[in-house]
Amino acid sequence: MTRSIRRISIVLMILLVALLANVTFIQVFRSDDYRARADNQRVLLEEYGRERGPILTGPEAIALSEATKGALKWLRVYPSGEEYASVTGFYSIVYGATGLERTENGVLSGSSDLFFVDRLQQLIAGRQPRGGAVTTTIDAAVQDAAWNGLAGYQGAAFAIEPSTGRILAQVQSPSFDPNVLSSHDPQSIREYYDELINDPAQPLINRPIVALNPPGSTFKLVTAAAALSSGRFTMDSVLPGPAEYDLPLTNKTLSNWTKEECGPNGEITLKDALAYSCNTAFAWLGNELGADALRAQSELFGFDTAFETPLRASTSRFPDNPDEPQTAISAIGQFDVRATAMQMAMVAAGIGNNGVVMEPYLVQEIRGPDLRILRTADPRAFRTAMSPVDAAQLQEMMLAVVDYGTAGILQGITDGDGNPVPVGAKTGTAQTGRDGAPVSWMVAMAPATNPRIAVAVVVEAGGQAELSGGAIAGPIARAMLQAGLR
Amino acid sequence: MSTAARAATVQPQRRNLELFLIIVAWGLGVLGTLQVAWSTGEGVHPRFWITAGVVGVIALTTHIIVRWRVPYADPFMLPIATLLTILGLVMIYRLDVAAAQRAERNDNPIPTPDVYNQLTWYAVAATLFILVLIVLRDHRVLQRYTYTAGLIGVILLLLPLAPVIGATVNGATLWVRIGGLTFQPAEAAKIFLTIFFAGYLVVTRDSLALVRTKVLGIGFPRARDFGPILIVWAVSLGVLIFERDLGTSLLFFGLFVAMLYIATQRVSWLVLGAGLFAIGAVGAYLLFGHVRTRVQVWLDPFAYADTGGYQIVQSLYGFSNGGLFGTGLGRGYPDLVPFANTDFILAGLGEELGLTGVFAILLLYAVLIERGLRTAVTVRDPFGQLLAAGLSITFAIQVFVIVGGVTRLIPLTGLTTPFLSYGGSSLVANWVIIAILLVISHRARRPAAAPANADTAATQVMKR
Repeated sequence: MTRSIRRISIVLMILLVALLANVTFIQVFRSDDYRARADNQRVLLEEYGRERGPILTGPEAIALSEATKGALKWLRVYPSGEEYASVTGFYSIVYGATGLERTENGVLSGSSDLFFVDRLQQLIAGRQPRGGAVTTTIDAAVQDAAWNGLAGYQGAAFAIEPSTGRILAQVQSPSFDPNVLSSHDPQSIREYYDELINDPAQPLINRPIVALNPPGSTFKLVTAAAALSSGRFTMDSVLPGPAEYDLPLTNKTLSNWTKEECGPNGEITLKDALAYSCNTAFAWLGNELGADALRAQSELFGFDTAFETPLRASTSRFPDNPDEPQTAISAIGQFDVRATAMQMAMVAAGIGNNGVVMEPYLVQEIRGPDLRILRTADPRAFRTAMSPVDAAQLQEMMLAVVDYGTAGILQGITDGDGNPVPVGAKTGTAQTGRDGAPVSWMVAMAPATNPRIAVAVVVEAGGQAELSGGAIAGPIARAMLQAGLR
Repeated sequence: MSTAARAATVQPQRRNLELFLIIVAWGLGVLGTLQVAWSTGEGVHPRFWITAGVVGVIALTTHIIVRWRVPYADPFMLPIATLLTILGLVMIYRLDVAAAQRAERNDNPIPTPDVYNQLTWYAVAATLFILVLIVLRDHRVLQRYTYTAGLIGVILLLLPLAPVIGATVNGATLWVRIGGLTFQPAEAAKIFLTIFFAGYLVVTRDSLALVRTKVLGIGFPRARDFGPILIVWAVSLGVLIFERDLGTSLLFFGLFVAMLYIATQRVSWLVLGAGLFAIGAVGAYLLFGHVRTRVQVWLDPFAYADTGGYQIVQSLYGFSNGGLFGTGLGRGYPDLVPFANTDFILAGLGEELGLTGVFAILLLYAVLIERGLRTAVTVRDPFGQLLAAGLSITFAIQVFVIVGGVTRLIPLTGLTTPFLSYGGSSLVANWVIIAILLVISHRARRPAAAPANADTAATQVMKR
């Protein structure tokens, strides 16, 4: 019987190999597939089973994890809730994560390769892995000013440090409460989410970097930059500024918001045309320069580029093939020109930074679980949009907008010591295509030479007249500049 | 040359090796339990060292009895059975902790822990193990009770169908409830039936090996010798139909066919067995909804993830969560798998100990079965050979069927994982099997009275 027992043992050996092969297949090769399945509770339990790192602004946490008694061991809380929702996003068991919670998930959850050494130590020491901390570039004072100013309006505010690209403020209004979306109660999460989705004001849209609006007269900064860069114009060049501009190829006309001529005899300098926001002069200028020059200039400021701060921003656009009348209207930021608040802040920042546009960034530092700094932001130039000489002229033109032009509301801003600070700005009002509701803009930077802060404020459905752009968006921009200069 | 010197060179006792391995097994259990205590945040239970002490005393006692009664027995079987039992205790404790923590979260009363029951069963199993070693001096005595064993085996198998005491749990009628105690008679039946098969086949193997006709070069037995295999087949089908116990049905039929082949050395019996199995399987598939469901779930468990496939899907998630090295004891979610401490205990071990742990466990079984088969080829009497081989094969079939089931290699059938699973009947029965194997092994390896036999023993060592 020895022979048959040996044969049986060979069969058993084959069965053993089959078991080993199959279990290897499941545990090693199919592992990722099984983990990715939606009904696999383990992934969620594990994710919520370790302490997620905080998101900080200065020393304050704007997102942190609190221990719970539930099956999901850590609850995500946002002490300043709605104010920072545009930055943090939410972290939901139902709808996944958005904002920095999504883009910095590797760091916050501790799974990033940056933590390789920490993970190794945790493995050996048998400790539960913990996430790292993300410090934002946000200046809490500017953020507060923007948040308080926008209260009750539908719009966005964005502030940037021109010399580096640090994002100082990023606020949307209306906003949402990430605390509710990040709770552990699927029922209330769904109800609140449905409420947000059905809200016509669209509070889930990250307005400052995603919402595209016609920039209106604030785009005249780009047209002016193109004019200066062309070498054919200086700020003192005299342009025609009639009450009405005959749109070429049509029998339509484009008029000034004052319905009057821009200067004596319908002639005006480029500087004053910007200060008074003269539509006819800039429409004429647009066709003098041509759509290609305007587009090229806009792209140097960041149009047609999808920025990731690391939050993904919408791409601002200048129309592709406008004819002459369309070019004229585009030159004053109407027609199909669309920009985010971030983009218009970058225009002001680039002019202030002597023509060099910096890439905007939101993450200043990444720290390990032990708070050791693992990575610090590295400011990078995006493009040089203008020569320093041209930029200096445009800075002076922007100062004129505040001194005697449409942005008088920004006069009298002081620094921390009470000294007056020169401020450059540009107002704007645009009709949105669809419902015709006006959009009010204020784009500003201070101090006007070598600025420390550039802001863009956009208020949707903000008022009818050009002046009201300054009247509604102006005080918000003023408060932000004031806070940033302290 | 003295007898002692011959014994030392030919078949050393190696009892100290056995003691060392048992201490290692105990140590692993202590470390595992402490790891569970720490990584679940539960802390070391005040009764922990008492419990560990009890386990140590039981393990040492079994070893001392082996030294006393069967000093020449194989030195690996006892440590492997001990290690698997202890590993089971650790995992059952770990699942107790998970159940307690879950109850605490939901503000429910904390359920009674299972680990102390299992520890009690380990004590009972060790007692029976010791009893067998003391009472059973020579396994050949069992041959005298061939038909008695067969009768007891069949009665045990049918017991769950009896009125009043029979009980159905989760759709399978394989339990007997007397007073407050429940047990699975099929576990005991497998020992009695193996004895019966061995005793019966030793007597009839010559006639069963007779060849009448040749088909494709394989000699087939005479039709009138088909009786026994048809009866076992019918009984197995009966278990499947009336007790709805796929696993037990498969175990007995597979065991009988394997032993028949070993006894007769005729491949034709394997062919016949496979044919009957195929007929039974196809018939059961066509006739019984519960068998059909099992197969459909096996083919596509994710399509039934919320119903019949839930267990196997959760099991696969558990295994895959473990990956190569596992989450570590106390770090996974083994309690998400239903029946985590019985049928699916390997899923929990796979999650927390990883592929490495599963390989280690499967290799422990492989070594245990190999030592049993080695005993079978070493022992001199045919009854002993058949008995040792049969008992080893029960382990092999059980491990393959349940491990293959929870890893979706084959359709899932309910069988316990030997030594690991929570449950007294299975633990006691498997320990009795180890005791019988040790008795056979002792007789196979001890220096025989006639030197000639010792020489044959040396040459009969299985080749690997």
